Amino acid sequence: MELERIAKDIRVNIIKMLEKSKSGHPGGSLSAVEIFTALYFKEMRIDPENPKWEDRDRFVLSKGHGTPVLYATLAERGFFPKEELNNFRKISSMLQGHPDMKEIPGVDMTTGSLGQGLAAANGMALAGKLDNKDYRVYAMIGDGESQEGMIWEAAMLAAHYKLDNLTVFLDHNGLQIDGKTQDIMNIEPIDEKFKAFGWHVIKINGHSFDEIFNAIEEAKNTKGNPTMIIANTIKGKGVSFMEDQVGWHGKAPSEEEAAKALEELGGGLND
Amino acid sequence: MTKMMATRDAYGEALKELGEINENIVVLDADLSGSTKTSVFQKAFPNRFFNVGIAEQNLIGTAAGLATAGKIPFASSFAMFATGRAFEIIRNSVCYPKLNVKIAATHAGLTVGEDGATHQALEDISVMRSLPNMVVLCPADAIETKQCIYKAAEHDGPVYIRLGRAKVPVIFDENYKFEIGKGVQLREGNDVTIIATGVMVDRAIKASERLSEEGISARVINISTIKPIDKDIIIKAAKETKGIITVEEHSIIGGLGSAVAEVVGENHPTRVIRIGTMDTFGESGDGFELLDKYGLSVDNIVNKAKLL
Repeated sequence: MELERIAKDIRVNIIKMLEKSKSGHPGGSLSAVEIFTALYFKEMRIDPENPKWEDRDRFVLSKGHGTPVLYATLAERGFFPKEELNNFRKISSMLQGHPDMKEIPGVDMTTGSLGQGLAAANGMALAGKLDNKDYRVYAMIGDGESQEGMIWEAAMLAAHYKLDNLTVFLDHNGLQIDGKTQDIMNIEPIDEKFKAFGWHVIKINGHSFDEIFNAIEEAKNTKGNPTMIIANTIKGKGVSFMEDQVGWHGKAPSEEEAAKALEELGGGLND
Repeated sequence: MTKMMATRDAYGEALKELGEINENIVVLDADLSGSTKTSVFQKAFPNRFFNVGIAEQNLIGTAAGLATAGKIPFASSFAMFATGRAFEIIRNSVCYPKLNVKIAATHAGLTVGEDGATHQALEDISVMRSLPNMVVLCPADAIETKQCIYKAAEHDGPVYIRLGRAKVPVIFDENYKFEIGKGVQLREGNDVTIIATGVMVDRAIKASERLSEEGISARVINISTIKPIDKDIIIKAAKETKGIITVEEHSIIGGLGSAVAEVVGENHPTRVIRIGTMDTFGESGDGFELLDKYGLSVDNIVNKAKLL
């Protein structure tokens, strides 16, 4: 299937760019690849030739450290040349460690400090309602990020203002920098929490395209409430030695590790 | 008799006028709309008003999102919470992406009065001034406030506007012209210079009148744009008078006094005496009595001027 091929290419580019940058966040990037692929290659109304198009669908990466998957996806979709990925996190380059909307075509909001992106997505959705625009706003938050108080301020607002043009993915991979989310600061039951805050909640396997697309359709058909898609994912998905390992939250692979990862993914370091 | 009007009341009026001429103006508040006077806008344009509840981080973050879609959001709360609680959201979600968000915060300084230290922002100029891309405005009266709000709406980028709770004298007339980045000389003088901002401009004028009776000619300059500050008017004062007194309803650390000292220190070293709160918190009480107690009196300005 075409989307699976694209997802593989994105994973290959995530590994390549991290090997070159020697810093960055592989785990929570690899966990979100299917969701990014579904949004940017099928679902979202966007135009890489006109990234600031007023009527475009928006996407806010509230867990801003997921830049590898965001940048690899934007490059794959044609927002900027793939060669640019080689400069990720390097001095004077466009591709900052966390998303910078001023410089990077296709980035709809500057994020990086956890908890802030969801409020910005709310603002975009409010503006859409105010102007009677039919664009949709998508966002992704992390499960660890849900420990930020501001997420819950924003969760209240989205329900209060009935932002049914907002669909949020929670990348539920169960890990954060210091360990397992349930050990560091348990967020469960996260589905019940969002339900109690007035959201329509859908739980899916975040690596299944069918489940992702079904959930997006369900969100679009939900009136009067924002939708939270709790996507159960595997941190580091696709690279055996990174999967479900806390240590791969924010560490770049060495040349040898990258070669091994690419061999598993089926793409060479110099392809 | 001098007309009295709170700068927050002028803000409410200006917002409503702006709302009539520009449909992209939207207003957000965090459960203080009656106090910040954004309720005036809400009554006129309920669809373009968003109460975010008691959630100042959310206030700024939501405003940032609205700005990405072409809106011109004015976000209001008390200065303490708008700039203190939400500081990092202002930095990372507004100033770094240079989004067109206006933070108009009321109840700044000691003249909050009876609510006491927790509600008296004395550090807001300092922290807002340190942020790249941020413009910092501190109008002296109701007339200047209205013009600040209009100019802030025209400016493309983040603006912080510092407003007060108390009724203060209206010192300008309709001919007064405010421009972002321009200080205004209100009285001529060649012995000393008093540079003031916000509600202290009125007291600076009164101090210069007292000094004049004692044979000291004190120049008075209103600096209502703390950032970008008008270097020329400050350097000229440093060259033409013996020294500068700065007066602000704010800590002497990081505010107007610091900004003036930075300019003269680099361009024309001159003695600068800073009048403001002396690295301390405020307390409950009548706002104007608090100004006197904390050294922001006409007497203290006069006495400090005589030291130069």
